[in-house]
Order: sequence, then structure tokens, then C-alpha cells
Amino acid sequence: MPLWCRSAVYFFIANMKEAEESPEKKSKPSETVIHIKGLKKSFGSNDVLKNINLDVKRGENVVILGKSGTGKSVTVQCIVGMLVPDGGEVTVFGDDVAALKERQLKELRMKIGFLFQGGALYDSMTVRENLEFPLTRVLKLKDQKEIDQQVKEVLENVGLSDAIDKMPSDLSGGMRKRVGLARTLVVKPEIMLYDEPTTGLDPITSREISELILQMQKKYKTTSIIITHDMECAGITADRVVIMSDGEYIAEGSFEELKKSKDELVRSFFKPTL
Amino acid sequence: MAEQAIPGWKKWLEGSGDQVIFLKGFFRNVFRGGFEWSEFIRQCYEIGYKSFMLVGITSFIMGLVLALQLRPTLVNFGALSMLPKSLAVSIVREIGPIITAMICAGKIGSGIGAELGSMKVTEQIDAMEVSGANPVQYLVVTRILATTFMVPILTLLGDVLGLLGGFLAINITSSVSALLYFNKCLASIDFTDFLPAFIKTVFFGFVIGFVGCYKGYNSNRGTESVGLAANSAVVTASLWIFVIDAIVVQISSLLFYR
Repeated sequence: MPLWCRSAVYFFIANMKEAEESPEKKSKPSETVIHIKGLKKSFGSNDVLKNINLDVKRGENVVILGKSGTGKSVTVQCIVGMLVPDGGEVTVFGDDVAALKERQLKELRMKIGFLFQGGALYDSMTVRENLEFPLTRVLKLKDQKEIDQQVKEVLENVGLSDAIDKMPSDLSGGMRKRVGLARTLVVKPEIMLYDEPTTGLDPITSREISELILQMQKKYKTTSIIITHDMECAGITADRVVIMSDGEYIAEGSFEELKKSKDELVRSFFKPTL
Repeated sequence: MAEQAIPGWKKWLEGSGDQVIFLKGFFRNVFRGGFEWSEFIRQCYEIGYKSFMLVGITSFIMGLVLALQLRPTLVNFGALSMLPKSLAVSIVREIGPIITAMICAGKIGSGIGAELGSMKVTEQIDAMEVSGANPVQYLVVTRILATTFMVPILTLLGDVLGLLGGFLAINITSSVSALLYFNKCLASIDFTDFLPAFIKTVFFGFVIGFVGCYKGYNSNRGTESVGLAANSAVVTASLWIFVIDAIVVQISSLLFYR
């Protein structure tokens, strides 16, 4: 084979390989999936977010700590497009969330799971119907066998197979959170946003939920942002902790690093409460 | 610096604008694919079937009371034979639709307002929206269409039971055969009595569903707002029912009763 011909074949094969690898490259662990720059949000004269900057890498568990009313929930609501920022930008998978059209936002939301503080279970539906809802309405699955199998699998993962036909009103607080988690995981999201997942639970259930979050993150390989003021939950789940105060980030690092911080405000989060 | 108070007229304009946007969202979702048939049927059952007893009993009593009240006046004028006709015309044209609509505004409108309001407070609507599902399609479209569909049916049943109540009242004081009574009733009603009344019940149903959904869907975050949404849904829907009634009666008077 002439040399020019062999070079052309090599060039073609190399290009093909590159094209095949590109989706893989997209999901490499160091990729930034959430990028927040100069985020500002006000409600009337109340400046809730003043200047938030945050990058979350694929597969990372970031815990946002802060006192109530410091803008933690507002931050995640901007990420998922529930609130429109007044300034700055929020980029998820490279898309500017505020600039997305309705259909694009819906597609983005299909990749994001949001666990609400109270679980936000649909109280007129059983646990099974709650889990079927996103499968039939979001993923548009039609095959009942496939739907049943996915519902059972995700309920087994959160340890609530027995509760499949119960109504949300028959469940305890911890069980509601587990079902809420199962409902978000059933569509296999790439990003999980947890809004105070352990609030209102006893210490034992709280620990169980925190451990479950970690297990599910490993199993489903999700990227997570966990908003909490529960230090035990933060200690269990965090790869990185960001501390918020008065609409700004004041400290960032691993849980252990921040625990040793000399900053008075940072240290106040780690003081034992009895 | 304290926030400047927004003038009442500006709030009213903002509210009206929100309602127009909500209405637009409803129509856009009606004609979009993926209609929630099972939820629509469930709502028809909840709204229609479960209100039947209340509407039926109220209409029956209204027919009975109306006949008892009309009788002495008609006797004074020597026009007792006009009683079935008076009853039929007043029940079919006005009393049946209005009574049914007011009961539905109270029962269904407040129910929808409270249900969607509590779903808003407990973040269930947010959860639907954030998951990529369409809460307007699932919650709003089905409820508004179910009320639009069921209120006219309930009115028809209410009309029949109202006439039955009238028949009972007449038979308390005198003896009239059912065949004669209903023949007289039906002979006195024509198409121009029935059609405008039926059309306005469609609008009544739409308004009850729309106002209930709007108030519930846009309620605030506190538990107090659930009660406010339910209350406001009843008051606003009742007001709209009378406004629509006045408009439809005016139009039908110009078209049919001149």
C-alpha cells in the first residue's frame, strides 16, 4: 500500500477513535458539571445571594453549610431553574440555566434529582404511584413490566420494599425521605440536589439517611450538592464543604480541614451542641 | 429603607395579568399532546359523582320550596294551573343552573383551591416541575376540564330533581298525576329555555375550575394561605357566576325572548 494511502487510513482511524471517545471524555471525573459565577439574588430589598462562586466536579459530593436564611436553598433553586438569578451565571453541563427555553430546561431537569426537605411526596398517590409518576410522565415509559421492575429495584435500594402500596400519610418522616430519595433516583439523574435531607429527623434516622445518600451516590454515580446544617450529615457525605454566611461563601475545604480552621465563624459550626 | 407600598390598582392589574398568563398556559396545555385521561376521569368522578347527592338534595328541596311559595300567589290570581309551567321555566332557566353552580363553587372550587394550595405549600407542585413533569397538564387541565364537563351534567340532574320536588309539593296540597305534571312541565319548556341555560353552565363549570386552580396554584407558602386560597376560590367563583349569569341572560333575552 502506498505511504500516502496508509497515512490516510491511519488518519481516518484516529479520527474515528477520537469521535468515539468524545462522549467518554465528556464524563471524565474532573469535568465541571455545575459552574456558578457571581450569583446574585434579591427578594425585594433583601439581598439573599450577594456573590456566589462555586464549581462542582463530576462525582463530587459538595455540602453547603450555613445558618437558616443565608441563601443555601436559593442557590440550589437557581441551579435547577426554579428561581431566575438577578446577576451572575449558573451553568449546568455547559448550559446557562437562565437562558434555556422551556423544552431545554425540561431536558436539563430530567438529569437533575431534587430531594425536598419534607420529601414532597404526592399525598393522593401510593408509594408505587409516586415512583411510577416520573417514569411514565418524564421518561415516558409504557411497558408496565419495566416500570414495575424499576420501582421495585429502587425501593429495594432504599430498603422500603414493604411500603410499596402504602400511602404517604402512613409513612414516618424517615420513610418519607427514603421514598422521596427513591423517587428522584428512579429516573437515574446525573446530579442530585438535597435540600436539608435530615431536618426534622431523630439522630439515628438522620445518620441512616446520610449513609443512604452516600451509598446511593456510589451506586448511581451522581454528583451531589447537599444543603444542611447537620454536622454529622456533612461529615458523612462531604467530599468538600462550603460554608455560607450572609449570602456569600466564607470558607471552603474538606470537612477535616474546616474543622481545624481558626476562623471564629467557621469554628462555630463545629462546636459540639448539647 | 422601607419598601414602597404597591397601590391597589397596580396589584389588581398584576393579578389580572397573572390570570391571563395562567389561562394561556391552560389552553396551550389542552392542545399539547399527552392528555392525562386517567386523571381526568378520576377528577370527573371526584367532582361529579361525589357532588351528586348534595346537588340532588338541594335542588329537590329548592323545587319543593319554590312550589310551596308559588302556590298561594297563583291561587290568588286563579292561575293554579300555571304552577307546573312556572316551576319548569324558573328551574330550567335560572334556579337549577345557579343553585348547582353555587353549590359546586362552594364544594368543588374550595376543594380544588385547598388541594392545590396544600400541594404548593408542601412543595409537591415544585417537585413535579423540577422532575421535568408538567404540573399544569396533570393538575390544572384535568381539573378545569372536569368541572367544565361535570357542572352541566349536575345541572341537568338538579333540574330533574327540582321538578320532582315541585311535584311532591303540589301533591301535598292537591292531587296531580305524575304524567300530567311532567307533560305540563315539558310542554312549557322549549329549546330557547334550555339552550342558553345549558351554555351558561358550561361557563360556570369552567370558571369554578379555573378560579380554584388559579388560587390554589398561586397560593403563598404558609398553611394560612391554603385556607385563603380555598376561601378566595369560593368568593371569586361565586362572583363570576353571577356576572356570567347576568351577561348570558342579557344576551339570551336579546336573542330569544324579545
